[in-house]
Amino acid sequence: MDEKVKVGVYVCHCGTNIAGVVDVEEVAKWAANLPNVEVSRDYKFMCSSLGQELIEADIKEKGVNRVVVASCSPHMHERTFRGACSRAGLNPYLFEMANIREHDSWVTTDKLQATNKAKALVAAAVGRVAHQQPLESLFVPIDPHVLIVGGGVAGIQAALEIADSGNPVYLVEREPSIGGHMAQLDKTFPTLDCSACILTPKMFDAGNHKNITLLTYSEVEEVSGYVGNFTVTIRKKARHVIEDKCTGCGACTEKCPKRVVDDAFEAGLGYRKAIYRPFPQAVPKYPVIDTENCIYYERGKCKACQMFCPTEAIDFDQKDELIMVKVGNIVLATGYDLFDARRIPQLGYGRLANVFNSLEFERLSNAAGPTGGKIVLRDGVTAPQSVAIVHCVGSRDRNYNRYCSSICCMQSLKFAHLVHERLPGSEVYNFYIDIRTPGKGYEEFYHRLLEEGTHFIRGRVAEITDAARRPGEEGKLIVQAEDTLVGAQRRIPVDMVILSAGLQSRADAKEVAIKFGISCSTDQWFIEKHPKLDPVATMTDGVFVAGACQGPKDIPASVAQGSAAAARVLSIIGQREIEIDAATAIVNEESCVGCKECLASCPYQSIEFLAHKNKAHVIEALCKGCGTCVGSCLSKSISLRHFTDDQLVAEMIGAMQTMNLFEMSELEVA
Amino acid sequence: MASETAHSSPPQTFFEEVMANTPGGEALRLCLQCGTCGGSCPSGEDMDYSPRRIFAMVEANMKDKVLRSNTAWYCVSCYYCMERCPQEIPVTDFMYTLKRMAVAEGLYQGSDAPDWSKTFIGMVEQFGRSFELGLATRYHLTHHPLGKIGLGSFALDMLRRDRLALTPNSIKNMSQLRAILTKAKELGGAQ
Amino acid sequence: MKYAYYPGCSLERSAASYHTSTMAVAGELGLAFQEIPDWNCCGATEYFSLNLLPAYSLVARNLALVPDDLSELAAPCSACYVNLKKTDKYMHKYPKLGAQVNEALAAGGLQYKAGRLKVRHLLDIMVNDVGYQTIAEHVSKPLSGLRVAPYYGCLIVRPDGGFDNPEQPTSLDRLLRALGAEVIDYPLKAQCCGGHMTQITANVAYELIRRLLQNAADYKADLIACLCPMCQLNLDAYQGKVNSHFGTDYNLPVLYFTQLMALAFGLSGDAVGLGSEIVSSAAALAKIGLEVPKPEAKPKRPDKQALPMPTMPDQEA
Repeated sequence: MDEKVKVGVYVCHCGTNIAGVVDVEEVAKWAANLPNVEVSRDYKFMCSSLGQELIEADIKEKGVNRVVVASCSPHMHERTFRGACSRAGLNPYLFEMANIREHDSWVTTDKLQATNKAKALVAAAVGRVAHQQPLESLFVPIDPHVLIVGGGVAGIQAALEIADSGNPVYLVEREPSIGGHMAQLDKTFPTLDCSACILTPKMFDAGNHKNITLLTYSEVEEVSGYVGNFTVTIRKKARHVIEDKCTGCGACTEKCPKRVVDDAFEAGLGYRKAIYRPFPQAVPKYPVIDTENCIYYERGKCKACQMFCPTEAIDFDQKDELIMVKVGNIVLATGYDLFDARRIPQLGYGRLANVFNSLEFERLSNAAGPTGGKIVLRDGVTAPQSVAIVHCVGSRDRNYNRYCSSICCMQSLKFAHLVHERLPGSEVYNFYIDIRTPGKGYEEFYHRLLEEGTHFIRGRVAEITDAARRPGEEGKLIVQAEDTLVGAQRRIPVDMVILSAGLQSRADAKEVAIKFGISCSTDQWFIEKHPKLDPVATMTDGVFVAGACQGPKDIPASVAQGSAAAARVLSIIGQREIEIDAATAIVNEESCVGCKECLASCPYQSIEFLAHKNKAHVIEALCKGCGTCVGSCLSKSISLRHFTDDQLVAEMIGAMQTMNLFEMSELEVA
Repeated sequence: MASETAHSSPPQTFFEEVMANTPGGEALRLCLQCGTCGGSCPSGEDMDYSPRRIFAMVEANMKDKVLRSNTAWYCVSCYYCMERCPQEIPVTDFMYTLKRMAVAEGLYQGSDAPDWSKTFIGMVEQFGRSFELGLATRYHLTHHPLGKIGLGSFALDMLRRDRLALTPNSIKNMSQLRAILTKAKELGGAQ
Repeated sequence: MKYAYYPGCSLERSAASYHTSTMAVAGELGLAFQEIPDWNCCGATEYFSLNLLPAYSLVARNLALVPDDLSELAAPCSACYVNLKKTDKYMHKYPKLGAQVNEALAAGGLQYKAGRLKVRHLLDIMVNDVGYQTIAEHVSKPLSGLRVAPYYGCLIVRPDGGFDNPEQPTSLDRLLRALGAEVIDYPLKAQCCGGHMTQITANVAYELIRRLLQNAADYKADLIACLCPMCQLNLDAYQGKVNSHFGTDYNLPVLYFTQLMALAFGLSGDAVGLGSEIVSSAAALAKIGLEVPKPEAKPKRPDKQALPMPTMPDQEA
């Protein structure tokens, strides 16, 4: 640039966040003496409209052509201040932030140290910004196709809303049918709506929508690309049923001689055949052959399904299909797994026959379940006369999962109600630590359960045993807990125990996160962009999350998040184009020797090799500006726009000179 | 002794004292009063207050009531509570702390357990090994001897099967052990 | 394999049969146990009730006396095991405590670097270092037909030492199965025997012991196998008292698991140490090798109406 560099420095108080520790007025005064500084101010809240107007005014009236704001992190407000520059007619890349909050005032209480460090950071930014060049962003078109991974209620909701807007959706589901965990439930709290009754119309719509391509019994294998332009490879596993020919008559399932325990839909409480449809209202209606348990695949015999199929729809040789699709946005709605209660031996699940977990009980009380909705003991016949419901199994427990699983109190109340309803005269005991009923109509539901005569015992269950100690305990399951409100240990003999097991992230959540380029928390839930203000976006543009995969939640919240994710996606599609940050790498073709080191080092596969020229070339739209190639280039032929050597060296010199001035050690500025 | 905490100031309240006297004692702040400890305790039914209630009383600084109760003395050290506590509070270690504090303040009531422990340790500090016959005779003769008549046949059964030594066994380097214990008592105070 | 060995006070006399059977079995299995020279009492559960620092220092002297060339310490008694393990662990986890203990040790010219030793219960060494397979290979007189109730007690598995499940352990079950015994799976196998309460507040302890004996009897045990001298004393020597207190007539012999190992290995006499138990094991052991066990009844056809049960992950021996 030939024009004289005029830097405007703005030091933010951020209320007391920064000013409480850093002497911001002093920093602003001191910065006025740095080279090229035309204007140096301090202000209470730079991100406010008045703060931004300060910058705009100085650009327009004082000819400021480089801006430094010393405040919070770029993640928070780089966009804000770049916007202010743009509005005043200054290229947004002539702006630099010095983080004197997260890197300074928030990490020390020593005021002198903090102020000195702030000066060093400002000097660094002022040095750098003088070397910054105006840059133009790249705009790429958005593919209107959307990929939704997970066909539970959140995924279905998102799919329907996006499809209704006229945009095409691929809905990928791992199981043979969509529906997720909600399809397994009997009644839903607090309205006691029948779960299948409210879900199946949505499932049907999703299965028949002209804009939704349903890919069930399928999984995403690979994802590459960036927002607006993802390439996704999906593996459509072989059902061994030809969908075009299958009428869903069910003859195959009826005739199949191999019965196995259904660990998935029936939660291990019922059976299915080797060729099966997970449940009667499955969408799509096509069955699937479980090749691990099918007699034909085991030893080449049987083939009853093929024999009895009226439309010759069975194909034992069918292969998995790999489908490649291009989408602009992705929504992950992969749901949750239930905590494995066998991990808590003192509660007896897996050892004592009549201890059930929550999903098992849902199947038990479901009219379409293995007992036709009759609540019976494990013998399949006897109705229990006393039932204990245990809250907080595997949740709120540092030995297993620290968090509260959010839905179990309501679920436990619901179970209590179902037992009262189906087994009139039975005694129901709920063992809890707290009763958490935050939603609409939830507290009123609790009152209903009180009216129904439920015994609420405030005491976390210590153990469940069949070892009788006194008369009345023989042949029963004894629930031992301290009734903390009474202040005594109690042993309550019951016939059946239901464990409200907690919700956990899916077992493969971490792999899925890596596949889609997002992160997981320590509890393996997908991490949202901001827990309060942006719960469905992720740090990866174009990838959204919805439903329980982001954290335990009930159906209303899952549906709300499905809608929210749909709205975010539609907003991106509606913009038609997306802005790619201009900080991308560029190859100097004159000095490039064609060694391909950069191609090998790029983590985003954003560099291609132009064989005819024997030169590397950066695909700007894919480049994330990480700088790895810059470091790897043996001939120093790659530079990173907005992170040039000149800029970085000036930044370092600015910092180091200030450090020398105040005799600061390296550690203080680290 | 102080527990390994960030707090540098000495304990001000009974609650803080109990925590300071227990390794890892700060964890007691996390108690949710869920009742798992009270529910798991095999001797819980015989305690004045369950372990959970004791912790509520400790937090409320009800020192006298806590140290006079029989709760800690009925603890059998089975560690169910500590193993199952959802907040990973070292419950059993707290029971030991309460025993020590009750003994130090002379506030334990109605329990022979401190005397048993003192007699046992008396033997160890004399011989370096426990001496069951000596322990039993000294203890039982001074604590409700008439109720212990049945123990005579018990002792005979044990003697007949050569399971009871008539004389104590001593370690060689008693002076070393004594030096160590003396120093430890000097460093650790009463707790 | 060589281990430092801490017998504990009970193994000198009241639980001598545990010591002799352990040594005999160790000989057969090639385990070398080297007794810590001049070891002192671990203080059981008594010293912690009086004075914390001396209590840890008392135990630490034993850790400090282990010769430098040995890194594993075997303890057959569960209470000694917990004291040794906890002292080492706490000296490491709570550096201030560790420093104070070392200061006390220094007064006796000793030092102990926390974390140097791995404290192991004898059962842990048997099942993890020797292994079920090797143990089975040494069996010449399988205990077929003998219904044995494995009794763990509390301190071997709690606080969690990581070598077996703290609520429903299975290592002793599997070891007994390797000896050919019929192992009964009764739920109270890791419940407390009452510890020293038999001396202090007897009625509380009697109730705890009664529960255990009743449970083992309900499951038709011939014999109880234990691994701690306190448990053995309580269940065996106090069985008579429990019977007179409750009017019951339990007659369950209680032997150490090492005694059963010795029997199964074909050893006899002093090596096994039979006869020192108060409730005689003669009748129960008469079953070994004398009766031909009835063949197992054919498994019933699965009840069509019954609902399937979830299986436990480690359900196989």
